[in-house]
Amino acid sequence: MTLGMKKLFALVAAVVPAFALAAGGNVHLDEHLTDLRDTASLQRGAQTFTNYCMGCHSMEHARYNRVAQDLDIPEELMMENLVFADKKFGDLMTIAMDKGDSKRWFGATPPDLTLVARVRRPDWLYTYLRSFYEDDSRPWGVNNVVFKDVGMPHVLAGLQGRQVMGTAQVAVGFDTLTGQEITEEHEGVLYLEEEGKLSAEEYDKLVFDLVNFMVYMAEPIALERQRLGWWVLLFLAILFVPVYMLNKEFWRDVK
Amino acid sequence: MSQNSNKIMAWIDDRLPVTQTYEKHMSKYYAPKNFNFWYFFGVLSMLMLVNQILTGVWLTMQFTPSAEAAFASVEYIMRDVEWGWLIRYMHSTGATFFFIAIYLHMMRAVLYGSYQKPRELIWIFGMAIYLALMAEAFMGYVLPWGQMSYWGAQVIISLFSVMPYGDLLTEWIRGDFLISGATLNRFFALHVVAVPLVIVALVVMHLLALHEVGSNNPDGVDIKKLKDENGKPLDGIPFHPYYTVHDLVGIVVFLMVFCTVMFFFPEGNGFMLEYANFEPANGLKTPAHIAPVWYFGAFYAILRAVPDKLLGVAAMGGAIAVLFVLPWLDRSPVRSWRYKGIISRIFIVVFGITFVILTWLGTQPSSGLFLGLIDNTLMAQICSVIYFAFFLLMPFYSSMEKTKPVPERVTGGH
Repeated sequence: MTLGMKKLFALVAAVVPAFALAAGGNVHLDEHLTDLRDTASLQRGAQTFTNYCMGCHSMEHARYNRVAQDLDIPEELMMENLVFADKKFGDLMTIAMDKGDSKRWFGATPPDLTLVARVRRPDWLYTYLRSFYEDDSRPWGVNNVVFKDVGMPHVLAGLQGRQVMGTAQVAVGFDTLTGQEITEEHEGVLYLEEEGKLSAEEYDKLVFDLVNFMVYMAEPIALERQRLGWWVLLFLAILFVPVYMLNKEFWRDVK
Repeated sequence: MSQNSNKIMAWIDDRLPVTQTYEKHMSKYYAPKNFNFWYFFGVLSMLMLVNQILTGVWLTMQFTPSAEAAFASVEYIMRDVEWGWLIRYMHSTGATFFFIAIYLHMMRAVLYGSYQKPRELIWIFGMAIYLALMAEAFMGYVLPWGQMSYWGAQVIISLFSVMPYGDLLTEWIRGDFLISGATLNRFFALHVVAVPLVIVALVVMHLLALHEVGSNNPDGVDIKKLKDENGKPLDGIPFHPYYTVHDLVGIVVFLMVFCTVMFFFPEGNGFMLEYANFEPANGLKTPAHIAPVWYFGAFYAILRAVPDKLLGVAAMGGAIAVLFVLPWLDRSPVRSWRYKGIISRIFIVVFGITFVILTWLGTQPSSGLFLGLIDNTLMAQICSVIYFAFFLLMPFYSSMEKTKPVPERVTGGH
């Protein structure tokens, strides 16, 4: 299904992660407003990760039971839906794929993703996973704006649809008088040639949740660390009072 | 009861000079009573040293020093060890705050001429501590075996290759033809045993030398000149209890800053725990931008400012070495910058700013623009010249300029 021109404009405005500056390495990254308190989002992200990513990517420093505990997932549900059949609840989230095989298949071994959100940062991941486009010159038929000539196929293509790079009208602002959208023609813009199972908004949401989950996995203690931090600072603030007064008392008579 | 404890103390004192030592270094150690903000950073450095040793001991209980397991064992500490994340963050944040305290402590000495006669040895011991600390921090950063651990070590160790028999020397340091598990293992041994012993011994010497001649103060006045009828300095006050309770205030405030960073910004925006270091070491994949941790930034910037590798290493070494001879470069008749001439006063401020700029530049790609205005490399070159000019011109400007009269007694304070 090819979309009508009008719909295309709207999509370009909604989906396009960047004016794809294909030449340079400086690609604009969309902001990922990470929310580690949104447990439902993290649960959806965990589901997407195990279903779509974990065929090739491990999270070998993390354990299933910790994920279940932190994300309020009951053990039974976790074992049924998210834990690979041969694994136990307390196991590390490793994968069975042989590293030598995968290197031959993809040109590079798919990296372990436990810490990827700390290496690449959330904005990069959020933009990367939405920036695949069709490119016949590549082995898997896709390239990526953020990670040029990446060895990874677009695993989520069935959900996102066919994204291509080309020339399109891009919304650049609004006319202050009429309120009408002002558009300009840009080259190297990503747009959806064909919708997948999800709408553009739904796909963005899915990727948001997935990245949210990866941020959680990179540092599972993050929320607890901050919670504890406030108590420690409160303790020090209270401790400051007697310490300050003790000092004042001792130095009172020193001229 | 009190009589009994007196008897016990007397029994011990006959055999070990506990009371005498306590009095010499605490209750009867007279420190000038006009210490200001800058005088907190000695005790704060000590606090960080204790923090590093204690957290370090607990980290070694779970850390595995091998190329195959080091990276994973750090993540094991962060995830599976009870409170392991806190101990690790205390250690990694502690390194940064140790250097902050040390740099401010050194700046204090520069401001008030605390390295001048008769305190040259205190300064020398201090510089030796600083040197040992740099080695300690460098080797510690290699241990988590991330990309920056590996490539940072690669860069630093390759600096030795400019020396005579450089290839043999670097091979000897690495214990291999390239950075490998052998390097990691020896760095572990040096980081947790050898260098800490050296640092602690030097700190003891630093303090013994200090307590022999007495502390300097913001006025650079010699408080031992004017004493009361009991032979106590008129401007002095017993370290304990006066400065112990005083330092406690500084410690609590410092810990608030420390804990804010540790609990809320443990990566320090990539300056303390570099993002690339969350990726395991890979000798086949060179990172696009290799940057040292912030506290080595200034010297790294000086290294890169010189286009020639040998001369660059010489400049970096010289930048550290020149600090050692500071007591003999300063020919001013007064200690504190409060009474030095206008050239010294301006130069000290400019030097402080220059060091901060160099530190920043060392963490940035050399091709960028400083504040969007001036080429990073050019800026580093300008700052390097100022850095060396501050020291090398000091014998001239410090002896020629007109100084202000130094008061008999200390001013300000409490």
